[in-house]
Amino acid sequence: MPAKSRTYGWRRFKNSTMFMLSVASVLLAIAPLFLITFYTLSRGIGAINLDFFTQMPKPVGESGGGMANAIAGTGILIGLGCLFGLPVGISSGIYLAEYGDNPFGRTVRFLTDVLSGAPSIVVGVVAYVIVVLPMKHFSALAGGVALGILMIPTITRTTEEMIRLVPQSFREASLALGIPVWKTTLRIVLPTALKGITTGILLSIARAAGETAPLLFTALGNRFWSTSIMQPIASLTVFIYDYAKAPFEDWNRQAWAASFILITLIVALSALFRFVTRSRTS
Amino acid sequence: MIPPAHVSPHLSSPPQGRNVGDVVFKYAMLAFAVVVFSLVFLMTLEMVKGSQESIAKFGWSFLWTTTWDPVHDIYGALPFIYGTIVTSLIALTIALPLGIGVAIFLSEIAPRWIAEPCSFLVELLAAIPSIVYGLWGIFVMVPWMRLHGIPILSRTLGQFIPVFRGLPYGFGMLTAGVILAIMILPIITAITRDVLRSIPTTQREAALAIGATPWETTRIILGSARSGIVGATLLGLGRAVGETMAVTMVIGNRPEISAALFNPGYSMASVIANEFTEATSDLYISSLIEIALLLFVVTILLNALARLIVWSVSKKFKTA
Repeated sequence: MPAKSRTYGWRRFKNSTMFMLSVASVLLAIAPLFLITFYTLSRGIGAINLDFFTQMPKPVGESGGGMANAIAGTGILIGLGCLFGLPVGISSGIYLAEYGDNPFGRTVRFLTDVLSGAPSIVVGVVAYVIVVLPMKHFSALAGGVALGILMIPTITRTTEEMIRLVPQSFREASLALGIPVWKTTLRIVLPTALKGITTGILLSIARAAGETAPLLFTALGNRFWSTSIMQPIASLTVFIYDYAKAPFEDWNRQAWAASFILITLIVALSALFRFVTRSRTS
Repeated sequence: MIPPAHVSPHLSSPPQGRNVGDVVFKYAMLAFAVVVFSLVFLMTLEMVKGSQESIAKFGWSFLWTTTWDPVHDIYGALPFIYGTIVTSLIALTIALPLGIGVAIFLSEIAPRWIAEPCSFLVELLAAIPSIVYGLWGIFVMVPWMRLHGIPILSRTLGQFIPVFRGLPYGFGMLTAGVILAIMILPIITAITRDVLRSIPTTQREAALAIGATPWETTRIILGSARSGIVGATLLGLGRAVGETMAVTMVIGNRPEISAALFNPGYSMASVIANEFTEATSDLYISSLIEIALLLFVVTILLNALARLIVWSVSKKFKTA
């Protein structure tokens, strides 16, 4: 019988120790966030200037230059991703919210959750198999397909959750006026949920902008200006990858700068999303 | 009477004389849902087709042979599987206790006005792109591990445990595992926190009423949440297994099986990222696609299992 160890003093000691450990783990968990933000800020901010946004990359070894083509490339890739991801994501979100209380709906919901855990590199491989292999060369299109597939699960679930927050009385009021269900969904329900859906989509776009692995062997990368969706295209993240490995200090600095831009974009949109969804639920 | 918000009787069973637009709209939306439904199967199918050649040539031995030799067109995935398992286990060993600690703080200790911003900060860790972790890993983490982390570990733990011995390269499985730990911490924390919060307050009140200290109460709550925490762990594992860029940038990329955690290794995701564009022969590409297929199947199963567990836990407490 460990009677002695169960004295009140011991139990109180154990209580406070465990809770201090819990607080310590919070500090330990948040520390990397501040470290990463600190380093990207301090190393990236110096490399951000007008050239970074407007100039093309300089040849190997020369310092200066920028990532104009990569910024445009990321924009195009995301545009393509939205082209594939938005219609599927939003529509299936509407289906799940309005018609999805059946075994099929539950299965789809489950599969989207499961799919959101699929590694992005695997999605890249799939895009390679279905787009690059038939076309026989790397292209922005393949990168867009990969990003589109990656965006679908988040967009679907965000759309569904935001539509479910729309009060049932809105639908009833509209139906009572004799407005058909499809019009009610598109003109009453969807606009009411629009703010949440839009920010959710923006967030998933920002996340897609941060993807690297699915672009490595689909969009490939390009050191020159290209806007053709049939050709390989540059992207910020692949540039970060190449520049991080390169032995030139100026390139490393530009990698930090590009990271800084990505982080700012994503943190800002995450905060916005949280703000919008919270003001909606409470 | 107002029906609960999630039931929409009008929409699922429209009255007689249904509107044509409604039918068209419903089936249009259904069509897109079918696309999402079939995505998982299509992806699997495409990868099975793409890896046909490698599956035919190597069969199951692909999983346990260690030779990865593009020159002679012989491929065995074991070094990569090993690297993925080791780094993921390191990540779990670090992130699991830490994540549970954070979740306890968020759910049991902190008042809402502290818990909310803390939750947000931890979740932001999940929003940082993998490539940024990798960049930070190369320039901050690796030098730190080489100069401080690894020497300290080999001086202390290395005295007793052989896996903590070896040269401090900096790039290696341990560094990759630590970065992975940071990356999977948010998901473990978030799920554990939600599971803890789903446990009825009456359980806490009962424990406190019979004189348990807050920590003893938390122990009881953790016991009730056990299967939910298992689910969180599986989800974290799923993330760690599939993580690519950050691992590729710090693991050292050497297809070797070595027990020493400081040594460079290779992971399944990394070999795909590094060698896919360089793969010259069809069999080479096919082998890489087979690795991707493996990765996909493993992560899908992990995620499915985890979701089912978490789902059944929250359902149990919702009906209770």
